[in-house]
Amino acid sequence: MENILEIKDVTKRYPGVVALNHVSFEVAKGEVHALVGENGAGKSTMIKTITGAITPDEGKVIYEGKEYTELNPILSSQIGIEAIYQEFNLAPELTVQENIYMGTKVNQSIFIDRKELAERTKKILKELNTNIDPNVRIKDLTVAYMQLVEIAKALAKNVKLLIMDEPTAPLTDNEVEILFKLVRNLKKRGVSIIYISHRMDEIFELADRITVMRDGEVIKTVNKEDTNKNQLIYDMVGRKLTETYPERHPKLGKTLLEVKNLCGSSNEETTFSVREGEIVGLAGLVGAGRTEIARLIIGADKKYSGTVCVDGKEVTIHSPKDAIQHGIAYVSEDRKNQGVLLKMSIRWNITLPILRELSKMTFINFKEENKCVDKYKDALRIKTPSINQLVGNLSGGNQQKVAVAKWLASESKILILDEPTRGIDVGAKQEIYELINRLTDEGLAIIMISSEMEEIMGMSDRMLVMAEGRIVGELDREEFSQNQIMKYASNITD
Amino acid sequence: MDKLKSFIKQYFVLVILIVLIILFGCLRPESFLTMSNMFTVIRQSSIMGIATIGLLFVMVAGGIDLSLGSVISVESVLVAVLLTKFGWGLLPAYLCGLAGGTLVGLVTGAIIVKTGIFPMIGTLALQIILQGIAYLVCGGMPVSNLPLNAKMIGQGYIGPIPIPVIVFIIVIIIAALVLNRTYIGRHFYAIGSNEEAARLSGINTNKLKVATYAIGGFLSGLAGIIMLARISSGQPTAGKNMEMDCLTAAVIGGVSLTGGEGKISTAVCGVLIIGVLTNGMTIMNISEYYQLVIRGCIFLGAVCLDGIQKQIAGGKKVKKAA
Repeated sequence: MENILEIKDVTKRYPGVVALNHVSFEVAKGEVHALVGENGAGKSTMIKTITGAITPDEGKVIYEGKEYTELNPILSSQIGIEAIYQEFNLAPELTVQENIYMGTKVNQSIFIDRKELAERTKKILKELNTNIDPNVRIKDLTVAYMQLVEIAKALAKNVKLLIMDEPTAPLTDNEVEILFKLVRNLKKRGVSIIYISHRMDEIFELADRITVMRDGEVIKTVNKEDTNKNQLIYDMVGRKLTETYPERHPKLGKTLLEVKNLCGSSNEETTFSVREGEIVGLAGLVGAGRTEIARLIIGADKKYSGTVCVDGKEVTIHSPKDAIQHGIAYVSEDRKNQGVLLKMSIRWNITLPILRELSKMTFINFKEENKCVDKYKDALRIKTPSINQLVGNLSGGNQQKVAVAKWLASESKILILDEPTRGIDVGAKQEIYELINRLTDEGLAIIMISSEMEEIMGMSDRMLVMAEGRIVGELDREEFSQNQIMKYASNITD
Repeated sequence: MDKLKSFIKQYFVLVILIVLIILFGCLRPESFLTMSNMFTVIRQSSIMGIATIGLLFVMVAGGIDLSLGSVISVESVLVAVLLTKFGWGLLPAYLCGLAGGTLVGLVTGAIIVKTGIFPMIGTLALQIILQGIAYLVCGGMPVSNLPLNAKMIGQGYIGPIPIPVIVFIIVIIIAALVLNRTYIGRHFYAIGSNEEAARLSGINTNKLKVATYAIGGFLSGLAGIIMLARISSGQPTAGKNMEMDCLTAAVIGGVSLTGGEGKISTAVCGVLIIGVLTNGMTIMNISEYYQLVIRGCIFLGAVCLDGIQKQIAGGKKVKKAA
């Protein structure tokens, strides 16, 4: 088959690091080519080379038979290369249609032909099989819909080679299905797709070929039929790993958290409880109100009514500060913006919630602080040369460990984990799972929100399925089935 | 090579300061490099320095305060009027000036926190309001005939060291202790770095943001009192354009315009750089109009440098993501 893109012997060095080491890679016309590897394997640098965001030190980029030496983002867009990153590139104050056609001329006049714009937007959105209102502002959309808009934007530019970086990370299973349909649809139209993902299931469902990267090198490129999940994981990490979840032997204690008739702007009255040593999974589609109920519990958003009881006693929570005092901690789904302080050191991050307790007469006891940080750094196996390293320089998995560490340091009894493994690599995921398991052994009550079906089924002792702001179903571990959860989540009652 | 680079980066501000001193020293060795002139520079820098430390608190927590010059003017004339027309004693008048500055800061902070307006716009409005109030307090005329002892804090010495310098050093020490050693200081940095993450970590972000403006107001009030004593009269325009000098000093001194970063030591270097420049340009007989242009250029340059550094830091992310 003819290649749309060939990368030959490309090397990119940064001070102290070889990000790409004599890498060769090719994408055929109309294929879905998966690119896998742990964080730091060189995937992002490869993508940036293709989009022209960086210029390689050595090697060639050949696109549609033509060699490009000075590729830049504008040129690459003109020749039909588009990338959708994990961080979106949308103007939050503008509407869906304005974003889709941002940078693209709809007509010849200098004025915007709104009618034409609306028509075209509708057509594209229809292809995407979605019912977003083209006049809604981006900031009012959920993450999943923002991503659909990103894809629509690429389509509007007549994309020939589409790069998708972890596209399903923010999506629920239902939305993932839509995305898959879309990817197959694009493929049929001859669009080539480079698909980066940590999720093995998706890769085997979508990809034609798979390229594995590790430490800045391409380990191999294989046809999907010629490999399997375990082999791929082995290639990625360079060691054997089973993608299984740690076995759960929950020892349930007394009820630690009781939420009674809690109700807020996106939640109807919600009631549930969690016991010591228990992991309760909150399943559901994006927008089902899972994150929202978590934010109500910790007082980050205003509740309308309802009560929260900790250890059998009703508590008043008006702000996250109150929640922390009652031992409730929330690890946000948005790690970079809400979970950790990227510009601050590991030390500062971990002790932030308990700094006041570590201080005498407002003066910080640095000895105690270091002791505390070292303890949790070791307990969570945070990989870093120093506790004074900036969290922004850590890998996603280690950042997540820092986000969890600060709540363990504050001796929280109830931990709400919102998408705890989003965007982190396979090895780190395993560690997080084992960590969660250990925590329940120590008697913590855990609420786990996850959009990864396999994960939430593998980890939870009990599952609550939410839809449209309320709990629509409750399942015990024996009753877990993908089918049943999906039925509840999409609000199908039979 | 890398070592040299990181050394220069770390001591960049200090290097600029030394280069400037050498430059003026070469150009006007007979008048610039004298002991008495060096003391003059430090004494002149003290007032601006005190206000800059206040601004640093505000900026570290992610805010900005353009009203501080007007606060200096208001407190300066207020204390002058209390001392002369009302015949108050020194202590109550000074306390009133400090309280006035703090109150202005509290109000400013409360407005910004409650309404969510941009601090730059909010404090710009306050700058104008307060400038008007400064004129109203003194009826537009400078207040003179201050009692003799009121000049002490601006013109006096303890041993060989001018009192304003001593006050400045005390402020530096306390500020450094608060920022580096107390949890409150750490919380300021956290808020400026990422407010929502800080809030979710149990920090009362609104209260602390107001506190930074109050600290800024308090120190502006203090600067106003020393200014009054130094020039021996209450001028309604005493602090005019002071916010620009303070902002320039802070930005040159590595205080981030986007919050979360800023060290006392480098900020003080920034203050001294502005002090040396002002003094040097005056000694060189550069006309006031050129001085304005140069000051503006330096401010622009400092802000650009801040921006470029952020871009380079952003470029590093490319490497990290690789």
